[in-house]
Amino acid sequence: MTKVKERTMHIVFLVAACMSILAVAMICLFMFANGVPAIRQIGFVNFIFGKTWMPGANKFGIFPMIIGSIYVTAGAIIIGVPIGLLCAVFMAKFCPPKLHKIMKPAVDLLAGIPSIVYGFFGLVVITPMIRNTFGGSGKNILTACILLGIMILPTIISVSESAIRAVPESYYEGALALGDTHERSVFKAVLPAAKSGILAAIILGIGRAIGETMAVIMIAGNHAVMPDSLLAGVRTLTSNIVLELGYATDLHREALIATGVVLFVFILIINLLFSVVKKKGAK
Amino acid sequence: MSEQAVAAKADMEAIRPINVVTWKDKLAAYKKRPLSMFLLMAVTVSAVITVGVLGALVIYILANGIMNLSPELFAWKYTTENVSMLPAIINTFLMTALSLLIAVPIGICSAIYLVEYAKRGNKLVSIVRITTETLSGIPSIVYGLFGYLMFVIAFGWGLSFFGGALTLSIMVLPTIMRTTEEALLSVPDSYREGSFGLGAGRLRTIFKVVLPSAVPGILSGVILAIGRIVGETAALIFTSGTTAEIPKSLFDSGCTLAVHMYKLLSEGLYTKQAYATAVVLLVMVVIINAASGKLAKKLQAK
Repeated sequence: MTKVKERTMHIVFLVAACMSILAVAMICLFMFANGVPAIRQIGFVNFIFGKTWMPGANKFGIFPMIIGSIYVTAGAIIIGVPIGLLCAVFMAKFCPPKLHKIMKPAVDLLAGIPSIVYGFFGLVVITPMIRNTFGGSGKNILTACILLGIMILPTIISVSESAIRAVPESYYEGALALGDTHERSVFKAVLPAAKSGILAAIILGIGRAIGETMAVIMIAGNHAVMPDSLLAGVRTLTSNIVLELGYATDLHREALIATGVVLFVFILIINLLFSVVKKKGAK
Repeated sequence: MSEQAVAAKADMEAIRPINVVTWKDKLAAYKKRPLSMFLLMAVTVSAVITVGVLGALVIYILANGIMNLSPELFAWKYTTENVSMLPAIINTFLMTALSLLIAVPIGICSAIYLVEYAKRGNKLVSIVRITTETLSGIPSIVYGLFGYLMFVIAFGWGLSFFGGALTLSIMVLPTIMRTTEEALLSVPDSYREGSFGLGAGRLRTIFKVVLPSAVPGILSGVILAIGRIVGETAALIFTSGTTAEIPKSLFDSGCTLAVHMYKLLSEGLYTKQAYATAVVLLVMVVIINAASGKLAKKLQAK
């Protein structure tokens, strides 16, 4: 009797373990099976590099959205990485334990705030600020970059903080003993040693920024045209899906799913990069 | 006092212990090393910005939102006049419970397999690792699309609460798996050996000895998952829909609070109500974070 029970439970556990494999397989299957035919019908080059998105006129070029996603992600990295990295250095090497007890929950809370709330905050605070400073509607690439920069902070901070903390103390002590100041020891001896962990943090940040939807949709302006300046509105791959999937039909709907496929491929590449960097770091 | 004693006292005062660094010394040292001073300022400013942004966000939303909280917003039934969020709040709890009901058993069982059953160098384990990592990197909109394609279209359920819960449970599965795995790994092997030594089988050892001591770790994963579910929007819009009512069955549409807030914002007429909704969401997240913080402390104390 117990033997049967042990056997069945063993199988139950095995099946459960296979669930995540099944999930990834299903996601790939459904995404590609629904998206790839549309890409084929529109034409790969027309779809990826086409500059006009006019579903009414059967024109499905998502190049403006790809560029939009890349721009806002790059901007978010430019804003978020220096602040996040320096903040992580502060938390790991500068801040007294008492202050750390406040900083750590603060960063966790920053990570826990729903993206829709971030989007709302961007809409009612950052957008008017940009509008008053630069004119225009205030919904543009710059606004999106600032908000996304804030949103990736907790990812960057927590991953790089643990990378910095993982560096053996002897590195720091050695630099200090050679007469360097505290700051120089941290930046010249400890940070280079934490390089791969920091790189992993940046890659994770890129993944978060490129996949962010609800916040971007509120503040980026959502124009499906090629942006010509920092103050132009953009539409990202993610917002394109949410904006139009509700009413799209036929080829239009399939083109939106194909947009998701392109995003998915981007994410897979980023994931792959992440695991390569992590493996390198583990060596 | 003799002259000698006075001189000795003056000498004593002139000698400063060399192992004490005053603020003045520090300032002087930094003046000599501008790079160090700059770096110190840079890290401090960054930390201030990070905390400042959080403070600004929380204070701004609380300050503007609390006065917009009114009893009509918590009416039992949603109408376009009162824009009640109570159904959405209840839906949020239901959605969380349902998603966890699906994800937690699967997550725990698969972690058990990975830690307790799989042999070292098992190929399956490395595949599972890769897939969970992939799952945790997929953005919520892709989950939303997948849920839409699978549950809404292929299964023909239409916009359904159950479809949304299934989508979310796949989304939080990696979180639960990873934390459970870590919790199981941190249970000392001597527990297992002791249990085996007393004649217990593998299954009994797992359920009576290993799992109970891993509970706090598992709980922290569950709390993380709750946080993600409560804040999730993009994965739910096209799976569970935006109907602001408590679903009568699992296959009805029903929106959670975050989706409700998105709807309010996209209609553009309800900014006040959106503030109030943001307050409620924020309070939920703060409570969830506080719970996970407390749990983490308990884990560390062990």
